[in-house]
Amino acid sequence: MSGLFFFVAALGAIAGAIGVVTLRNSFYAVLALVGHLLSLAALFLLLRAQFVAAAQVIVYAGAVMVLYVFVVSYVSEGPFQSTPGAVTGGARVLAYLFAACLAAELMVAMLGNGLEAINSKGAQYDPGFGNPAEIGKLLLTKFLFPFEVASFLLLIAAVGAVVLARRRGGGIDPTDRPVLSVMDMVRDERLGSMAESVHAQPAVGATAPAGLESGERPNEEGGW
Amino acid sequence: MNIGWYLAVSALIFTIGAAGVMTRRNPLVVLLCLELMLNAANLALIAFSRMWGNSDGQIFAIIVMVVAACEVTVGLGVIVAMARRSVPIDVDELRELQG
Amino acid sequence: MQTTSWLILAFPLAGAIINGLGFRALKGRAPGIVGTVAIGAAFISAVLTLIKLQDLSPEHRGALFVGWDYAKTVGVDAKVSILVDPLSVYMALVVTGVSTLIHLYSVTYMTSDRGYARFFAYLNFFVFSMLVLVLAGNFFLLVVGWAFVGAASYLLISFWYRRTTATRAGIKAFVINVVGDIGIVLGTYFLFRNTHTLDFIGTFRQAGTIPHGDLTAGLILLLVGAFAKSAQVPLHTWLPDAMEGPTPVSALIHAATMVTAGVYLIARMWPLFEHSAAAADVGTIVGALTLLIAATIGLVVTDLKRVIAYSTMSQIGYMIMAVSAGAYAAGLFHLMTHAFFKALLFMAAGSIIGAMAGEQNLDKMSGFRRAMPFTFGCFVVGGLALAGVPPFSGFFSKDEIIAVMGQRGGWHWVLFVVGYIGTFLTAVYTWRMIFRAFFGEPVAEAAELEHGHLHHAEQHTNPANGEVEDTDVGFPGPDHHIAEWSVPMRAAMGILAVGAIGLGFLQLPFNGTNVVDKFLEPSFRGSKYFGSLHPTDSLTTIGLIVGAVLSLAGIALAYRIWVVKPGTSTAIRERLSGVHRFLVNKWYFDELIDLVVVRPFAWFGRFGQQTFERIFVQGALVDGTSGVVRAGSATVRALQSGLVRAYASLLVLGAVAVGLYFLLQS
Repeated sequence: MSGLFFFVAALGAIAGAIGVVTLRNSFYAVLALVGHLLSLAALFLLLRAQFVAAAQVIVYAGAVMVLYVFVVSYVSEGPFQSTPGAVTGGARVLAYLFAACLAAELMVAMLGNGLEAINSKGAQYDPGFGNPAEIGKLLLTKFLFPFEVASFLLLIAAVGAVVLARRRGGGIDPTDRPVLSVMDMVRDERLGSMAESVHAQPAVGATAPAGLESGERPNEEGGW
Repeated sequence: MNIGWYLAVSALIFTIGAAGVMTRRNPLVVLLCLELMLNAANLALIAFSRMWGNSDGQIFAIIVMVVAACEVTVGLGVIVAMARRSVPIDVDELRELQG
Repeated sequence: MQTTSWLILAFPLAGAIINGLGFRALKGRAPGIVGTVAIGAAFISAVLTLIKLQDLSPEHRGALFVGWDYAKTVGVDAKVSILVDPLSVYMALVVTGVSTLIHLYSVTYMTSDRGYARFFAYLNFFVFSMLVLVLAGNFFLLVVGWAFVGAASYLLISFWYRRTTATRAGIKAFVINVVGDIGIVLGTYFLFRNTHTLDFIGTFRQAGTIPHGDLTAGLILLLVGAFAKSAQVPLHTWLPDAMEGPTPVSALIHAATMVTAGVYLIARMWPLFEHSAAAADVGTIVGALTLLIAATIGLVVTDLKRVIAYSTMSQIGYMIMAVSAGAYAAGLFHLMTHAFFKALLFMAAGSIIGAMAGEQNLDKMSGFRRAMPFTFGCFVVGGLALAGVPPFSGFFSKDEIIAVMGQRGGWHWVLFVVGYIGTFLTAVYTWRMIFRAFFGEPVAEAAELEHGHLHHAEQHTNPANGEVEDTDVGFPGPDHHIAEWSVPMRAAMGILAVGAIGLGFLQLPFNGTNVVDKFLEPSFRGSKYFGSLHPTDSLTTIGLIVGAVLSLAGIALAYRIWVVKPGTSTAIRERLSGVHRFLVNKWYFDELIDLVVVRPFAWFGRFGQQTFERIFVQGALVDGTSGVVRAGSATVRALQSGLVRAYASLLVLGAVAVGLYFLLQS
């Protein structure tokens, strides 16, 4: 029985993976990944990792993928718009070739080594193996430091996401409706931390560097 | 099933993910393929954890999931910022770090 | 004696430094007075040294004073040491004595020149260098003095540095002098190789042990240096051009002192020369050749100062011939008398050039006899001394040289004849100059001067090529001075005239008075020629008579050609136009040197720059290495395409490669 479940889950995972890689519509690719993740959760269950499987479904397939869906719908201008597809021609063949080489190597490495335990179904395990209690105990004792660091990392990521995606204070966004604020009356509209650095407008009082036409970026060409 | 089968699946998903990273031009899909590779690694970790009877691998997998979530957050934030500035959402067009 | 000898060197150096650094504080004629006093003090120190030297017994009449040890390394011990013996004191006296008078002359002659202080600083520096040269006790200080004198000569020839003719002449002089310097240094090397000492006394003591090849090679190289400094053929071409300098410079450097350095060198090295007959003969023959060549050119040049320059060259030829052949006392005696009458001639030339407001061409001078009596008198005295008319000094010194040549016998009889031909030619060209400038119809400037008005040129021009100049720094000053109106000039010229007349009595023939001989004898102890080459009485008598007759005949011939029948010279020139052209072009030496030396070097330099430098050094080495680096980095740069996919592919490829490596390893 478990063998049957394994094959179903495995096929689902692989099908999802292939779907992500080949589907042209990015929304469908996200959905394929969701399917892949659910299959993977099934595989985790087969391996007696209950907590991880649950976390996979709730966190990964639930939160991260939803985030993806939001962004995909924000970015693409329509479900069937032509977001760029895959590359064509020689680059594609080369990429598949590299991937195939990688696969072959990994297979060889896995199956050709002397690790006998691979051929087994796994070692004896304690009854609490994979339980949330077990995971929690480990997280708070043996792996406390990585746990704390991981939470710190989450904080940083959250802050980073807010910084990246926020509207630039002072930068004129042409799609925004003009919103009046007290600051707009006292602050010059060309001020703003990022506006000057993105060469959009020069700072107040500064003239463009000599020799440039307005709007031209200095040191545009590469090379030296 | 033997642990080896799980590892084989993991390897296969990993390479499919690698192929996707090298082939797709939409940065969103590239990130998705990156997720594929991370999940393949997770599968391998869980399989080995089962092999040794040790929960350390599962903890590792959880942390990997956390990291993947953070990375996705920041990456998608960048893509949103790009879309806001009307920068083309095409990996091939974003090549200013050349030379 | 040690103090006074070092003071001889210290005073001119102090004068140079005071004038050179303090020129802003010294106003008016003060730099001139400082300079003259400095050299005067040096002369007094030389006289004091002489007195103290004569107090020593003849066997020990010489002292070596070591200043300090400059360098002592790899077997070379270079001390700063001066050798005070009769020869060096003799030279020091001549140098300082004549220099004092020339400084006195320049005090008024160079007034109104904006570079007045600079002039005296350079002049003092020159005297200092010359004294270093003659007082040197080892080859090291000799070379130092040699080089400094060359540098001072360059500074003074190009004194009017905004004149291109002057700067070019300075460069020419310096380059030829440097060729001589190379000769001196290489010659020193050849000698040092065998003697392992730079000291003169040490070297002379080992003179017999130096292998003949090295000795001759070293001496011939030293002779190259002597010829360059003393303007002998073929390194003589710089001397006529050096007349671009102010007249006092010509008087001091190119008549009395610097050009005699070669004579001093050969005389000082007498122990070495007496061991190598080949080198001595080279010196003798070159001296004789120069004597003739210079005399023939002097017959046709039209620039007043250049006539006197060629006569200098010729007389130095006499001296070199003498000291190379062993007539040391005669040669050095002629050096002294020549210094006096040649400086006198140059000073008088300066006076008449001043009357002509800077014009130096003989063609434009005529009839100054009534307008400038004093200058005319000085010219006559100097001319008689130069031509060798008894009882003037030149007669005795020149005839003694020629007589000793005869005394040596053998092939030196040719030189005997050559010497007398030179005497005749000397008389002719000297009096040509005097008759042309002072006899005949007075030119406009002379007429002006007779009425008491010194001619002023409205527009100052370069006398050589007519370029217009101003009178600011770097060009001659606006005023010109003549002896008749200037007391210091008259004083200096007067003293020199007295010397030109009377110095002959220091060394009368037939063992009359042998002051020079006896004085120099301690320096030449051990020489096989010094004491033994006394001309027999009959030879002396014949020599004196022939000499006097030839010089008077020369004067008479010149009188006939240039005074009695004024058109004669033109007629002769037309008849012998080929010869004339050959002589006017100075025997084509300049062209020869240009062809043999200058052009190959220029070609080599151009080849170096265009071919070797451009293709090999720049192209292959510099651009090659940077090109290789640039190509390599371009290749690497191509990997930075900016395509994320490419990077990802490379990543996977790298992972594949690493995995393959580990797989194969296990």
